[in-house]
Amino acid sequence: MHTIDVRGLAKAYRGVPAVRNLDLAVPRGEIFALLGPNGAGKTTTVEILEGHRARDAGTVRVLGEDPARAGYAWRARLGIVLQTATDAAELTVAETVRHFARYYPNPREVDYVLDACGLTEKASARVRRLSGGQRRRLDVALGIIGKPELIFLDEPTTGFDPEARRQFWDLIRLLASDGTTIVLTTHYLEEAETLADRVAVIARGEIVAEGEPDTLGGRATAEATVRWTDANGVHTKQTGTPTALINQLSSGTEELAELTVSRPTLEDIYLELIGGRP
Amino acid sequence: MNQLATALPGTFRLGLARGAIELKQFFRQKEHALFTFSLPPFLLLILGSVFRQAFDNDGTAVSQMFTASMIGSGIISTSFVSMGIGVALDREDGTLKRLRGTPLPAVAYFLGKIVLVGVSSVAQVVLLLTIGLLMFDLTLPTDPARWVTFAWVFVLAVVTCSLLGIAVSSVARSAQSASSVTNFPYLGLQFISGVFINPITMLPTAMVTVSSFFPVKWICQGFRAVFLPEHMAAREMAGSWELGMIALVLSSWCVLGLALCRLTFRWTNTGR
Repeated sequence: MHTIDVRGLAKAYRGVPAVRNLDLAVPRGEIFALLGPNGAGKTTTVEILEGHRARDAGTVRVLGEDPARAGYAWRARLGIVLQTATDAAELTVAETVRHFARYYPNPREVDYVLDACGLTEKASARVRRLSGGQRRRLDVALGIIGKPELIFLDEPTTGFDPEARRQFWDLIRLLASDGTTIVLTTHYLEEAETLADRVAVIARGEIVAEGEPDTLGGRATAEATVRWTDANGVHTKQTGTPTALINQLSSGTEELAELTVSRPTLEDIYLELIGGRP
Repeated sequence: MNQLATALPGTFRLGLARGAIELKQFFRQKEHALFTFSLPPFLLLILGSVFRQAFDNDGTAVSQMFTASMIGSGIISTSFVSMGIGVALDREDGTLKRLRGTPLPAVAYFLGKIVLVGVSSVAQVVLLLTIGLLMFDLTLPTDPARWVTFAWVFVLAVVTCSLLGIAVSSVARSAQSASSVTNFPYLGLQFISGVFINPITMLPTAMVTVSSFFPVKWICQGFRAVFLPEHMAAREMAGSWELGMIALVLSSWCVLGLALCRLTFRWTNTGR
């Protein structure tokens, strides 16, 4: 049984469909990324999975239960990382994490969570004094303190510097290696590519593509772009057989400067899928 | 894993834990939550010093009557105003959104608010009483019956005003607007309920007729019944303390407040 199983999900707001006939399956322990532009139905889908929004049609199973009917015991197995909260401003970081640990039947060690989220040095600082990135790490700490089996991360690394982002990715991989299932929404395609086992692209309320980041949307089999510089300047050529082309080019004696072979990036594929390509 | 290790924490214990966290945040905050706590004592000090004269033919100072009324006003501030702004703030800063994503029962959240309102209201009464005793000739009643009156007026007032505050927080679109939505009726009703103008019989009858539909008049009258000499009942609109009427009006508002809370409570400011 999958951690998340969705069939034929539909939701409309005042007659305007936000999600239509959406299917989704996420196996246990997977890092799954949901990509899509604003207004594509990403947030609606995630909120239905979290049990925070009612659906119009379809079957939804999250951790074996229907989120619309599940109780507190189900909620204790779930971790939700919020994006925009500014709560608990007057508490210290440690007080906040320790307090939230009390809500769960089987929480993680507070010190472990502070350390994993890089907050040990800030443990006694007031939450209001944290920087944007530190604040987001506290949000993550509060999302994982209950030792959840499934974590929802909504654009978790917005506002992180590159180093903090890398540390965060390591943390997510660590959690996933324990068998925690992770669903993340993100705007950073690089993040989806390095982190996710599988990605789905949602546009206009539907999944338009789904697969491993390397092969999404026929990426692995698409024509390659070969680029090189010689005495006549810069050349680019699209080809299905880049090796043959390079063999041919390198038969001469002239040095091929700046030779590159590239497949479409995840971003190229993504933009094509959501119909945003110029 | 045994049964004990996986059992959810009890709602009551979580409610107390929420209460501790609420109190910590309240007293560390420098802005409006604390403002709702310190405004009534400040008004008592200033206006009490103005109303120094005594009523004709008896030794009761106007400031004594004002102190009794201000105890009512004080706990309306720490319940109605503080709850109205506090819940709106929790909605705005994501506290409610976050709690909704945890196994914390909604009841435990409200238990925490009850602890906050209870403790800050008791502290408010102690502070106002101390000012009244030291500066404005207030005396503590010795008759146990008066303390019984004090207890039920206090509990009924705090519960009713908290419920109405939570209901009003849903009307406000932000914490900023919650401040006006709570303070406007609070201040307005104090003026027409005989809190600042003593005794209440000096007000135009029509004005008191209006204020008699709302809790402020009755709460303050209840505390006058507790702290003023018996003969001062003659200076009430009905010429008596009307304890039965106080209980009736406040209980009605309590039921209405509960119904409004159930109908209007929202977890977030965004639509569903």
